Amino acid sequence: MLNIHCPNCGVTAEETEFHAHGEAHLKRFGPGSTDDQFESYLFMRKNPKGVHFERWRHQNGCGKWFHVARCTMTLEVFGSYSAQTYTPPQEIIEKIQHRRPDWSAEAEAS
Amino acid sequence: MSEPVTALKGASDTSGIAVVTELGPTGMITLRGDLSAKPVIKAAVTASGVTMPEKNHCATEGTGGLAWMSPDELLILCAYEEVHQRLADMQSRLAKIHALAVNVSDARALFQVNGPKAREVLAKLAPVDLAPDHFTPGMFRRSRIAQVPAAFWMPDAQSVRIICFRSVAQYVFDVLNVAAQDGSEVGYFNA
Repeated sequence: MLNIHCPNCGVTAEETEFHAHGEAHLKRFGPGSTDDQFESYLFMRKNPKGVHFERWRHQNGCGKWFHVARCTMTLEVFGSYSAQTYTPPQEIIEKIQHRRPDWSAEAEAS
Repeated sequence: MSEPVTALKGASDTSGIAVVTELGPTGMITLRGDLSAKPVIKAAVTASGVTMPEKNHCATEGTGGLAWMSPDELLILCAYEEVHQRLADMQSRLAKIHALAVNVSDARALFQVNGPKAREVLAKLAPVDLAPDHFTPGMFRRSRIAQVPAAFWMPDAQSVRIICFRSVAQYVFDVLNVAAQDGSEVGYFNA
C-alpha cells in the first residue's frame, strides 16, 4: 500500500483515498500533428521497472490533481509535487537521486 | 411550501456501542472561489456566522458552520429554513467576483455518531489516523466511509458528524451501524 501526500490540501493518506491516472508530463499532439505523433501521444506509455512519474487525483479528498514520483518495483514513493509543472522539480529529482544514485533525469527524458 | 424530508427521515440506532443518528434537514451551501480573496471570505463568514477556518479545519457554532473542503472550496452550514435567504445574500455580495455559491442542502445527508466509542466506530470505516492526538475536535477531513466519499469532523470529543451524498445515505447508515454493533469495541484509543 502506498502512502501518498497531497500537495494541494496537505493530507497524507493511503492510496485508496487517491486515484492514479497514468503517466505524467505527456506532451499533447492534437490537430496538425502527424499520425505517428498522435499515435504515440494517445497510446504509447512508458512502462519502467523503477522510477516513474504519475498523475494522481485526490479522489475522495480535496479532488485536486497532482504529480507523484514513485518506484514501480519497490513501491517507494519519492514525493509529490504540483500538477502545474511540465517537468519534475529539482527538489524531487534530488530526492530520487539520493535513493537511486544511478538514476538521472536526462536518461529518463531520452 | 412542501415539507423538507431527509433521506432516512431521521433514522436512529441506539443498540450498539455508539448512537448513530441521521440529523434533521440542514442548510448547506457550497462556495467555490479564491479563498484568499477578501470578498469571498467576507461572504462566507457572513453567511455562516462563524470565523474563517484554517486549512483542513472547520468552525461550527450552533447551526452555523464553515468547513474548509479544498483549496478553492468552502462548505457553509446553517439552519435549513435560512438557506435561501443566506444564499441570495451571498450571491449579491459575490455578484462582481469570480465565485460560485450553490445550495446543496437536499443533495447531502448528515449523520451523528455519539458516545465514548464514536471515534472508534469511525476509525473502522475511514482510512484516516483518528488517534485522539492526531484528529482533534475542530479538524475537518474529506475521505471515504467504506466505499463512498464522506467528510467528517468532531464537534466534541464524544461525537462525530459525517456528511455524505444523499444517494448513499442508507449505505452509510447501515455501515455505521455495523461498525457500531454491540460488543464490537476494539479499545484501541483507550490508552
